[in-house]
Amino acid sequence: MHKVYHRIEQIVGNVITVRADGVAYGELAQVTGSLGVSLAQVIRLEGEKVFLQVFSGSRGISTESRIRFLGHKMDVSFSDALLGRVFDGAGRPRDNGPEIDENRIAIGGPSVNPAKRIFPRKMVRTGIPMIDVFNTLVESQKLPIFAAAGEPYNELLARIALQAEVDVIILGGMGLKNDDYLQFRETLEANGALSRSILFIHTAADPTVECQMVPDISLAVAEQFALKGKRVLVLLTDMTSFADALKEIAITMEQIPSNRGYPGDLYSQLASRYEKAVDFEGAGSITILAVTTMPGDDVTHPVPDNTGYITEGQFYLRNGRIEPFGSLSRLKQNVNGKTREDHRTVMNTMIQLYASYKETLEKQSMGFRMSAWDKKLLKYGVRFEKEMMDLSVNIPLEGALDLGWQIMADCFEPDETGISSKLIATFWPKKAGEAAGA
Amino acid sequence: MSENIGTIVGVNGNLMTVQFDQPVSQNEVGYARLGGTETRLKSEVIRIRGNNADMQVYEDTSGLKVGDKVEFTGNMLAVELGPGLLGQVFDGLQNPLPELAEQCGFFLQRGTYLKALDRAKKWAFTPVAKPGDTVEAADTVGTVPEGIFTHRIMVPFRLAGKYTVESVAPAGEYTVDHVVAKLKAANGEVIDVTMVQLWPVKVPIRAYAERLRPTEPLVTKVRIIDTFFPVARGGVYCIPGPFGAGKTVLQHITSKNADVDIVLVAACGERAGEVVETLREFPELIDPRTGRTLMERTTIICNTSSMPVAAREASVYTSVTICEYYRQMGLNVLLLADSTSRWAQALREMSGRLEEIPGEEAFPAYLESTIAAFYERGGVVRLRDGTTGSVTIGGTVSPAGGNFDEPVTQATLKVVGAFHGLNRERSDARRYPAIHPLDSWSKYPGVVDADKVAFARGILRRGNEVNQMMKVVGEEGTSIDDFVIYLKGEYLDAAYLQQNSFDDVDGATSAERQETMFEKILCVLNAKMNFTDKDVARRWFLQLTSVTKDWNRVVQDTDDFKQIESRIDKMLSEVSENA
Repeated sequence: MHKVYHRIEQIVGNVITVRADGVAYGELAQVTGSLGVSLAQVIRLEGEKVFLQVFSGSRGISTESRIRFLGHKMDVSFSDALLGRVFDGAGRPRDNGPEIDENRIAIGGPSVNPAKRIFPRKMVRTGIPMIDVFNTLVESQKLPIFAAAGEPYNELLARIALQAEVDVIILGGMGLKNDDYLQFRETLEANGALSRSILFIHTAADPTVECQMVPDISLAVAEQFALKGKRVLVLLTDMTSFADALKEIAITMEQIPSNRGYPGDLYSQLASRYEKAVDFEGAGSITILAVTTMPGDDVTHPVPDNTGYITEGQFYLRNGRIEPFGSLSRLKQNVNGKTREDHRTVMNTMIQLYASYKETLEKQSMGFRMSAWDKKLLKYGVRFEKEMMDLSVNIPLEGALDLGWQIMADCFEPDETGISSKLIATFWPKKAGEAAGA
Repeated sequence: MSENIGTIVGVNGNLMTVQFDQPVSQNEVGYARLGGTETRLKSEVIRIRGNNADMQVYEDTSGLKVGDKVEFTGNMLAVELGPGLLGQVFDGLQNPLPELAEQCGFFLQRGTYLKALDRAKKWAFTPVAKPGDTVEAADTVGTVPEGIFTHRIMVPFRLAGKYTVESVAPAGEYTVDHVVAKLKAANGEVIDVTMVQLWPVKVPIRAYAERLRPTEPLVTKVRIIDTFFPVARGGVYCIPGPFGAGKTVLQHITSKNADVDIVLVAACGERAGEVVETLREFPELIDPRTGRTLMERTTIICNTSSMPVAAREASVYTSVTICEYYRQMGLNVLLLADSTSRWAQALREMSGRLEEIPGEEAFPAYLESTIAAFYERGGVVRLRDGTTGSVTIGGTVSPAGGNFDEPVTQATLKVVGAFHGLNRERSDARRYPAIHPLDSWSKYPGVVDADKVAFARGILRRGNEVNQMMKVVGEEGTSIDDFVIYLKGEYLDAAYLQQNSFDDVDGATSAERQETMFEKILCVLNAKMNFTDKDVARRWFLQLTSVTKDWNRVVQDTDDFKQIESRIDKMLSEVSENA
């Protein structure tokens, strides 16, 4: 029933053009070249001409290669048998396990009706004070980690994944180094988490088009688990590689670039993936933690910039620490009012004081005399960085709040902090008077 | 249905090219029939070349084939106007989302279109016009109660010229489709008037006597806005800012507290989660002005970032058209559009697909005129019956990289009357709302005397200069007088400009309280102070800030309020020179 076409008219980049009729937009085809069989997707129809994007690239494709249209969209199989397995960007096994071909589900499905979403209000505890206290992670949140190359973002991702209480972990790796992929796998395995994980891995050596599929495949599978009532954590690293794949393909397609070569729909493309994060009423949830590496450590680069507008906050990873400035969890207000009554105050006050410390540091570096207040700030800043910001610190939220009060009490008088008198009376450590007076 | 059928000859993303042989018009709506299925995808003509029409499809286009048919409707994209719009949640094409969810479940199924207004619900109609009356477009035929408002059933806006009322339905309960009046045109044609009328979204409703200048302040209960950068009823303003600076929170607070009759929230290409927040919270919040829930005065148009791009472009027009409709009833309406940049990006995406010659940053050349035309739909109007109504538009802008020199921000700044520029440094330092007090501006009158505000801004500016200078010459190189000015600026910032939106009292400051507070702050700013050294001055100001913040958190005119006020007075008298 499916006709086979032989005559390829044009090969540009990964896009081939063939004359065919009755082909649907978005349909899949099988292309047989000298290097083997690859899938391809229809990305444009123009009269009789059909433009196909070949997943494994156009290398080895001749003008006489065979093209067979499959009559359906890109899909992936979904079952519990996926757990513990590793696949590539086109959904083929990357481990030595068997191919899974049951219960195919379409990828890149429609978005969730906003009226069916529920208000996220479950905190995800990570044991990292910079997250738990200052920018609380919430179930069904979508949050990227912004980092320059070389920062330990994948380690941080793995650590959050292991400590968070979720049912299924799905890792979508894009443009990963093979070592990084193996490290992820080993970390998951060593902590006994591999059996509840599914890995979709595109490494830097794999075809570009497959990189573009990874988020869609990962999220389609995640969605199915969530609909079955599972709490799913999706880790996507690195979304900048994904955006670069989009760029590469858009330029090949001769689209007019908007900003630094990226296509004008970069925002919509990223958003349609991130927006899959959801808490289903009466079912499970999808939380997305992504990594966006910032080329040149520049947050105004189009990829982190567009991401920042889409996601519900971001963590800046700099010098191995989560920066308090710029880092933000937009959903923290949903949960941090119910943790402990002093949570918000500690969060705001400590950051304001830390900002003042940074100013003092600037003054100090210019050689100005330090006032009594400056000295207090300096003492505070050092302790804050060491006891709160360091990524190796692993304490539960309540412990971290107590620690916050202790640090403030050791450095300041109560009224210097601007904290309301009521909270001071309850939480200010009693021996503060002597310590601060000393 | 329509006999005008075209054939698809090309598909590229959400753009399809359709060959036609009967006349089609620009912006006409058509439905693409997905081959072999019942699914019809709504689309709009955006360019015609020879026998080919380029149409933007409001849905995902996958599955469309060359040769599939397109039904042209002969009508432009229009919205339904009538009772029942308030409290609803629509997508950009005015499909009611809760009803859609009932029908399709968790996901938005493409090709499902529902009527915007409930066809079964009956409204209590009271006739106003009498047989024999001469009426014209937008004159009231009768009224129905919609929540707290008297909803006017009006002569359809599309009718030109004078009409004679033939008959009006007696008082009673009717559905929206019931004919409530018959009008006779000069040429003898009889027109049936129901409670619902259609209006093409891209055309402003102009059925009013005249446009007025916006002069009355619109109180938002955000101090930095009402006192320093006020918005007027019928004015237009914009909030540009980098991500995470608090645009959406500010819009959310405004939608809660703004002193208007109706609020339209247009979530345009933003996160779905934000809509959910409004959706879940508003039905439970009581509006102190009316005693009813906030949802009764709110309509949400929601075309979030993962929903189809073409519908995003339509959503801002859908929103402003609904605003104009309620304005015609003599109501004050506020449209909060978040974010206009996403809308501009939708224009850019389409322009790219049409292969138009790009302007700056690949935005189309008509970006500026499109933005200007949108904001011009805000304004105060005097209706023909003498009452006034207004549409205030507040649009957020999300500039790439937080840089205001980009095309969308610049095009917006040209046409708005107030600019609330959010600033990354301020938000990083948790100085919320992060509206920059020196860069922002407003051309509208505020709740506090303009001269006093100018004085306070002067202190802020000089304080900022001293701060810059101190970074160079150090604190020891700064005179105590200058240092005190710096501290006064910081005090004004911390105690008045910054506001904790999560505190019930501090989060919403009424106009009267702003006047009272501002007087007190002025006393501090005006006072000549004596300090022995800078550390003493700093400590005193930190303490005063702390006390004033406590003051912000207590309800006005309670004992606590008066007690703290006298404490501020006492502190002030202790350091004042003439004390």
